[in-house]
Amino acid sequence: MMCRLALQLVIAGVLLTSVGVKPVCAQTPATPVDVPTPASGWPQPVEDNRVLTYVIFDQLEGRTNGPNTSFRWDGEGWIGADFNKLWIKSEGRVMNGVTSDGDHEILYDRPIPHLRYFDWQAGARVDIDSGPTRAWGAIGVQGLAPYFFNFAPTLYVRDGGRVAGRISGSYDLYLTQRLILQPQVELNFYSQADRGRGIGTGLSDLDSGVRLGYQISRKFAPYIGFTYSSSFGQTATFARGAGESVHVSSLVFGVWIWR
Amino acid sequence: MHEDNKAKGRSMLPVTRRRFVQGLAAGGAAAALDWRAGWVFAETGQQQTLAMLTGKDFELTIDSLPVNFTGRRSVATAVNGSVPGPILRWREGDTVTIAVTNRLPTPTSIHWHGMRIPAEMDGVPGLSYAGIAPGKTFVYRFPVLQNGTYWYHSHSGFQEQLGLWGALVIDPRDKDPIEYDRDYVVLLCDWTDTKPETLYSNLKKQSDYYNFHRRTAGTFMEDVKSKGVRSTVQNRLKLGRMNMSPTDIADVTSATYTYLMNGNPPDANWTALFKPGERVRLRFINASAMTLFDVRIPGLPMTVVQADGNCVQPVTVDEMRLGVAETYDVIVQPQEDQAYTIFAQPESRGSYARGTLAPRMGMATAIPPMDPFPLRTMADMGMGGMAQMKGMKMSGMSSDQMPGMKDMQMNGASQNSMPEMKDMDMSGMRDGALDPLAGKTPFPQPWLRTTRLMAPPSQMMSPAQTREGQVPLRLGPEVASVPMNTSPRLDDPGDGLNGNGRRVLKYADLRALYKGVDGRPPTREIILHLTGNMVRFIWGFDAYKFSQAEPIHLKLGERVRFVLINDTMMEHPIHLHGLWSELENGSGEFSPYKHTLLVKPAERVSYLISADTPGRWAFHCHLLYHMAAGMFRTVVVS
Repeated sequence: MMCRLALQLVIAGVLLTSVGVKPVCAQTPATPVDVPTPASGWPQPVEDNRVLTYVIFDQLEGRTNGPNTSFRWDGEGWIGADFNKLWIKSEGRVMNGVTSDGDHEILYDRPIPHLRYFDWQAGARVDIDSGPTRAWGAIGVQGLAPYFFNFAPTLYVRDGGRVAGRISGSYDLYLTQRLILQPQVELNFYSQADRGRGIGTGLSDLDSGVRLGYQISRKFAPYIGFTYSSSFGQTATFARGAGESVHVSSLVFGVWIWR
Repeated sequence: MHEDNKAKGRSMLPVTRRRFVQGLAAGGAAAALDWRAGWVFAETGQQQTLAMLTGKDFELTIDSLPVNFTGRRSVATAVNGSVPGPILRWREGDTVTIAVTNRLPTPTSIHWHGMRIPAEMDGVPGLSYAGIAPGKTFVYRFPVLQNGTYWYHSHSGFQEQLGLWGALVIDPRDKDPIEYDRDYVVLLCDWTDTKPETLYSNLKKQSDYYNFHRRTAGTFMEDVKSKGVRSTVQNRLKLGRMNMSPTDIADVTSATYTYLMNGNPPDANWTALFKPGERVRLRFINASAMTLFDVRIPGLPMTVVQADGNCVQPVTVDEMRLGVAETYDVIVQPQEDQAYTIFAQPESRGSYARGTLAPRMGMATAIPPMDPFPLRTMADMGMGGMAQMKGMKMSGMSSDQMPGMKDMQMNGASQNSMPEMKDMDMSGMRDGALDPLAGKTPFPQPWLRTTRLMAPPSQMMSPAQTREGQVPLRLGPEVASVPMNTSPRLDDPGDGLNGNGRRVLKYADLRALYKGVDGRPPTREIILHLTGNMVRFIWGFDAYKFSQAEPIHLKLGERVRFVLINDTMMEHPIHLHGLWSELENGSGEFSPYKHTLLVKPAERVSYLISADTPGRWAFHCHLLYHMAAGMFRTVVVS
């Protein structure tokens, strides 16, 4: 079911954004007469569709608020070229040996025509952690909004017409050439409650933070920061019932890393 | 001081009346050539001089070579065991044979930059031939029909970043109109110990990876102090809305590059000798992968006498910018018994290449401070002279461009020497009759005795316009900006060179020494936009990368005007293989012949092409990583 839904989303996306029409030179003369065509074994003069791989952790950090400490990761990566990429995203939290918020996505990605800095993405999300497992179809956009904001809203759908949404955003404020202050926020919404995962209807939770990192190199920047997480409405009620905090402020220590 | 020990069985040129002087004693050069021993010159601090090979038959071997330019060991790709490769000195009129053997584990190639030779000798894998496979030898053989300063380099993968380049010096068959007592090649390049594949990948993932001049909270406060809060905030918002940064000066900077002069880092202080009063010819070649160099010799005016291998009417300047792949020959005449610094700072500043002109070895003088890091201006974004900024135009642009094009057409027509009809005599061409339709050999290089080819009046019509690709351009993943207005900026020396108190060479200053050989007006105009998306690091022409685009077709013998419109915020040195690009800079029949044209941001330039040599020719941005990202087209002349 989820596979089919994910596949449908990808196909719909491809159909909506496929361009791929080669330009035709208006006054192209008939086929060249006296210039031999390149032999079949010849390489291309330039390879402008090199396949690259990318992995980044926006959060790889320990969080503490005194009595409780937890480990949190939020990473993503892709493999592909300019116009076709396969993305993998993963985030989650480990506290006292219990993993929560485990969210793992595999998405097909293409640039959106006529938008300069945004890609659409479609695929599947699975929630795998210490709680019950859920599978979703996913479709979203990700990119650089005006004024250099990183912005990624995603819509998730699963059986029974359940819908979920996530908006994440961040901004890199360069204090110096290497010292960066990064505010970040992530919001989750659910159309229907999922008691098994402690999720209520509506705006369920928020995870936000401000991190101050120093780029020892472009690809390696240790940071310290402050995070604030909160659950709302029904979700908060579930949390209280489970003896969990509803508002958590933490100090964090971590590292931004990519390759 | 010819270095000839690596090339076997070649006939030596008679020693010319002007010796080709190298910077150091032959011992130093021999040491540099002892490549099997491994060359670790930066560790010993020994200065490197370029070997020079002369004659008609050459053997070049391409192999990897351990080097140390930065204090760290690294591996370069060398020609005959040296980086840069040896200077090849040819003589116009000779037919040269160059056997190139590949000892690398990967394919390689050598392209003769600026040479007008048959397409199958041009050395572009995929267009001219398959490339040179590991262990194989390819024999280039072609007649040398031109003279001047050129260079050669690999056209395979990223080998251009790894040291596979060298100078070509071609002596004229006749008397050289340029008089000089000493002659030096000054080859500038950018070296990195980082693998070029990594560099490219870094740029693709974070295009400002090497920019350490980004706007910060600190620069914001400085701007507030100097310009006021309102103006600073407005400026930030205006650019921020388009996700553009005025600090995009160079994609790759001194954060990873060490700049070399004839293969010498600044501390090695490459030195060229002179006697006071002598005329010294310096052949500047920008063999960089990504770096525009601003060159000057404090205290010594430079008289530019040649551009891209073609003689120009002498123009004296204090400084000049060399786009990647451009060459300029200058004459300097130091009168004092003192040292002069040859100073080449990249447009992005940060570090420099440096050498010394001195009456004796071991001398040095003060190195000037670097100029401030430049910022892109509103003119670079196509907003110049507009009172109100409405931002980049968000949709089609045809209405903006067409009036400009009409102007250009008028200028072009008037430049094309209507009164010169008396020159219609087609005989007396230096290399035989000039029949464009036969298209047999390339037209000769402009020279004293070349005659200008003119079209009969019936053919003096205004050209038809062809736009390649999709029009109008729309913003998208491949096109991050379309300037509201573009204009020729030939009178603008370029970002970072305005108002520095020095006389800086401008394209408007270039006026050929000899009349162009083809006086026919163009019958066609091809308009190409230089487009890109800095954030995605996608570059191309008319929004298309090479792999998305069809070749541009030219008819053999055709006279065509190319119009380049730079829609990006960066300079692009655009190089057309095999054919001359005659820059329309107002010099009329004395338009300078070039092989590489540096197009400024939001600039619109035009040049004329005689499609006199059939073949598949490469046409590309000579910034290596822009080319690799797709800024490349095939031009088919048939």
